[in-house]
Amino acid sequence: MTALSVSSPRSIAWPAILKEAAITAFVALLLTVPLVGLRTVDRPTGLGLETRWAEVAAAVGLVFLGRLGLCLIRDGQPTVVLVLAAAATAAGFLIQMPTEALRVILIAGGAIIAIRAAIAIRTGRSKLSQAERDQRMDRIAAKVQHASRWLGPIAVVVALAFPMTPLADRQLLDIGILLLTYIMLGWGLNIVVGLAGLLDLGYVAFYAVGAYSYALLAHYFGLSFWVCLPLAGLLAAGSGVLLGFPVLRLRGDYFAIVTLGFGEIIRIILVNWYQFTGGPNGISGIPRPSFFGVADFVRSPPEGTLAFHEMFGLEFSPLHRIVFLYYLILVLALVVNVFTLRIRKLPLGRAWEALREDDIACASLGINRTNMKLAAFAIAAMFGGFAGSFFATRQGFISPESFTFIESAIILAIVVLGGMGSQIGVVVATLLVIGLPEAFRELADYRMLAFGMGMVLIMLWRPRGLLAHRDPTILLYGRNGKGAGGAAAGTAAAGGQGIAGGRAK
Amino acid sequence: MEYFLQQLINGISLGAIYGLIAIGYTMVYGIIGMINFAHGEIYMIGAFVALITFLALGALGITWVPLALVVMLAASMLFTAVYGWTVERIAYRPLRNSPKLAPLISAIGISIFLQNYVQILQGARSKPLQPILPGNLTLMDGAVSVSYVRLATIIITVALMYGFTQLITRTSLGRAQRACEQDKKMAALLGVDVDRIISLTFVMGAALAAVAGMMVLLIYGVIDFYIGFLAGVKAFTAAVLGGIGSLPGAMLGGVVIGLIEAFWSGYMGSEWKDVATFTILVLVLIFRPTGLLGRPEIEKV
Amino acid sequence: MTDLSMTKTPLLTVEHLTMRFGGLVANSDVSFVANNAEITAIIGPNGAGKTTLFNCITGFYTPTVGRLTLRHPDGKEFLLERMPGYRISQQASVARTFQNIRLFGGMSVLENLVVAQHNKLIRASGFSIAGLLGLPSYRKAESEAIDLAKYWLDRVRLLDFADWSAGNLPYGAQRRLEIARAMCTEPVLLCLDEPAAGLNPRESGELAELLTFIRDDHKTGVLLIEHDMSVVMRISDHVVVLDYGRKISDGDPAFVKNDPAVIRAYLGEDEDAELPAEVANDLPEVAQNDVKRAEEGA
Repeated sequence: MTALSVSSPRSIAWPAILKEAAITAFVALLLTVPLVGLRTVDRPTGLGLETRWAEVAAAVGLVFLGRLGLCLIRDGQPTVVLVLAAAATAAGFLIQMPTEALRVILIAGGAIIAIRAAIAIRTGRSKLSQAERDQRMDRIAAKVQHASRWLGPIAVVVALAFPMTPLADRQLLDIGILLLTYIMLGWGLNIVVGLAGLLDLGYVAFYAVGAYSYALLAHYFGLSFWVCLPLAGLLAAGSGVLLGFPVLRLRGDYFAIVTLGFGEIIRIILVNWYQFTGGPNGISGIPRPSFFGVADFVRSPPEGTLAFHEMFGLEFSPLHRIVFLYYLILVLALVVNVFTLRIRKLPLGRAWEALREDDIACASLGINRTNMKLAAFAIAAMFGGFAGSFFATRQGFISPESFTFIESAIILAIVVLGGMGSQIGVVVATLLVIGLPEAFRELADYRMLAFGMGMVLIMLWRPRGLLAHRDPTILLYGRNGKGAGGAAAGTAAAGGQGIAGGRAK
Repeated sequence: MEYFLQQLINGISLGAIYGLIAIGYTMVYGIIGMINFAHGEIYMIGAFVALITFLALGALGITWVPLALVVMLAASMLFTAVYGWTVERIAYRPLRNSPKLAPLISAIGISIFLQNYVQILQGARSKPLQPILPGNLTLMDGAVSVSYVRLATIIITVALMYGFTQLITRTSLGRAQRACEQDKKMAALLGVDVDRIISLTFVMGAALAAVAGMMVLLIYGVIDFYIGFLAGVKAFTAAVLGGIGSLPGAMLGGVVIGLIEAFWSGYMGSEWKDVATFTILVLVLIFRPTGLLGRPEIEKV
Repeated sequence: MTDLSMTKTPLLTVEHLTMRFGGLVANSDVSFVANNAEITAIIGPNGAGKTTLFNCITGFYTPTVGRLTLRHPDGKEFLLERMPGYRISQQASVARTFQNIRLFGGMSVLENLVVAQHNKLIRASGFSIAGLLGLPSYRKAESEAIDLAKYWLDRVRLLDFADWSAGNLPYGAQRRLEIARAMCTEPVLLCLDEPAAGLNPRESGELAELLTFIRDDHKTGVLLIEHDMSVVMRISDHVVVLDYGRKISDGDPAFVKNDPAVIRAYLGEDEDAELPAEVANDLPEVAQNDVKRAEEGA
């Protein structure tokens, strides 16, 4: 206790600390020499090399200082480190750096160390154990979960009111649509991953099936969006059953890889079967949705049809369609959410969660595992299909490039980072994963870099996801009854324990 | 017949590359039970380090090919191994006792990070390289020609595999490694430094992947930052096909995948070769989930 | 023993059951009968093939050879070896617990018991459609399911913990919960794999009471794998002894206790030495002390 206490700083073992920092810096040197220090450039004569030793030196120096800072926090000097790290972060913001990358490293690294130091000062401990961190985060997650009872409706009202406000310009509405699309996909995938505990790495396949279903049905048969939406859902669900049937018996990791394989197969088919799908060029000129088949969003409608603005006696505005699309995806997403919230309280949803926790026990209770998993797979696929056909009609153009593995990874990241099974977690994670990069569009090059790093950091910090907390779906004594507070809420294990056979070996 | 032989040799050399990558997957899966999703990226880094080394040697005026090849091999193995070690240390070790999804997500994150890291540093365009080892060995009166590079690939792979097998079966390090694979807790109780062994597993896997990266650079003469994903998935397929956890299985699986790809491209056209690979993955997992050389597994109740 | 089983109705008939894994023979030609509303104990040294036998009966393994017939009191017959795993619980009404407890740890105690009534409820929920629409027929079924859950929670003294997450319960309570969960499937045959393992003597005593209650008041047949001889000898109507995958003895507790084959299996091969009568009688206590010592050590 006292050994770890900050209030009684130990003497600092400088030689040991310096040695540790030097070793880390040496590793950084090895990492940066070939790829950072030497860069391939295209020259007229072929490939050439450029050297950037300054960056290597800077990176190595920063790593040295960073490690030193962490060691000092451990040895009971967090205050000094906090000041220095904060200063470094500020310097990163203010002072011009030779390259952008260095600036990002300085800001991110400085901020992380500053946060560590601040935590050390507040808790009086250099490092919290995993269990303690889990407990703390679980309390927060529980609070958020309970708050979502009233926060949820407020958020829905805000989302509904948003297009009416003067704030709503084209750009913000587009971002809103983008966020809602990912929220819907996240909620859809949450059924498979979060509830049923099946790690699906190929969810984007169903998104693609939905998008192409609509695009092709419209292209070849001239069907309208409102006819195609349910068809696309059905086709996606059908492909979910078709793909799911042979693979659902597989163990967690194998299942993940096979779903990844299926996702890729579907993408390659879209690329190669160009006579039918348009190949890599995709399909363009996909019809935009009409106002429930009654009126179109056009300035001057063809003879005999109605335009939206005429119908309601409004001035024509291109925003009408965007607003309509916004509401459309909002409603679609809410349908998924309401479905999930209700199904959790039904035998099907409970069986999914039971499967995630222990699928052998499920078999011993007479639960038909294959059918239950198939249902989860098909339903999630159906929602993915809805989202896909929405995507097609919104973009007016689709190509296989929109349906790569990275898309699946992003959707999965939203589910896992949010906290598996947590509906509100999906929203928060979408804001982080999609919203933040949108906000920092000028850092275009570094967006995906930061995205990858962010995924790692969040997992390190909170392996169960940000808001992993599970409330029982049924209570005997009500919310404030016996054990409702402490023990019943202590279900941090719910999130990931069951999935893919529990802990790593 | 000549065409067949040609494809056979192409397939075996391609398979050797997949096999080298697959070993990294299979060893990591064997010891910590996770799919190291970033392993394909490690291989890509190996290819880039080899390229950079070659260019650096050229700039230094060292152009004697055998020496250049040896230095390339050594440099790419060394630097890539450091990447493998660092990835494990930063992204996987802290998650050793977490729910199983956490390291997988972390690995996907690392994979995205490394891809973009190389893209930013080295540029998004593909990097062409003039043949370092031109020339062919002609057989059967010139009907079949084997490029020296492919020959070298096969020879180096066989040599590496021999050395590696010796390492795993004969040395105390290999024994410790196998012990950790069986039971990490027990191995730790018997004085094996499990963390170190796991680190070494990543280091060895990365070094072998680096060799594969260099081979690809030599054979195809062009690389880009995106080559890791597809190669990674195929190598994983090879590992599963051979029976995950089994080293000879990984190599065998690699060769089988390589042959299928070569023959499929040779006779059916290259468009659908990836679908063929993935279909095989799916079929193997469904009908023989233990792979060709894997041990059967009974559902533990 | 045979005259006893004449008057009782056989519930589970195991005939010539053999289970091989590659070259390993886990069960070899095992035959016995477990009667309705009786407790049948299966005992034997570690590795005797008891759990494998259970896994065959409950459908996790398909036996290499042999026939497993389950006859319900109403006369319906099921050939268990031909049924896929989950149907054995769903249709033949065989429930089981596991040696290493398998609860739904992240779910609440009550949820565990409601999940056990899945098949009944999913039909009532119209495969979720009626449930999603919130029809009253499903609500009624759910409240009945909760009543059944409450009944068993009360029986295993866990009513106060209904809203706890199952993984947070103490070990003994988890064992009891698993039995309650199995009983919520309303089985005719309950298979318990070492239910007393890790329990202290007081808890073992309670377990014995619970099992006799299940037998006498619910007329449910119980098949029990157990090492705790105090429990086995006190409550069993019939004991089957396995060793190296074979049945070596079969009869009521008193008979098995004195069967030389059993004594040899437990105390080792010693052809010449007749065990003195008092040693033979103490055998159960010896085994029991072993368990106790193991507990104290733990």
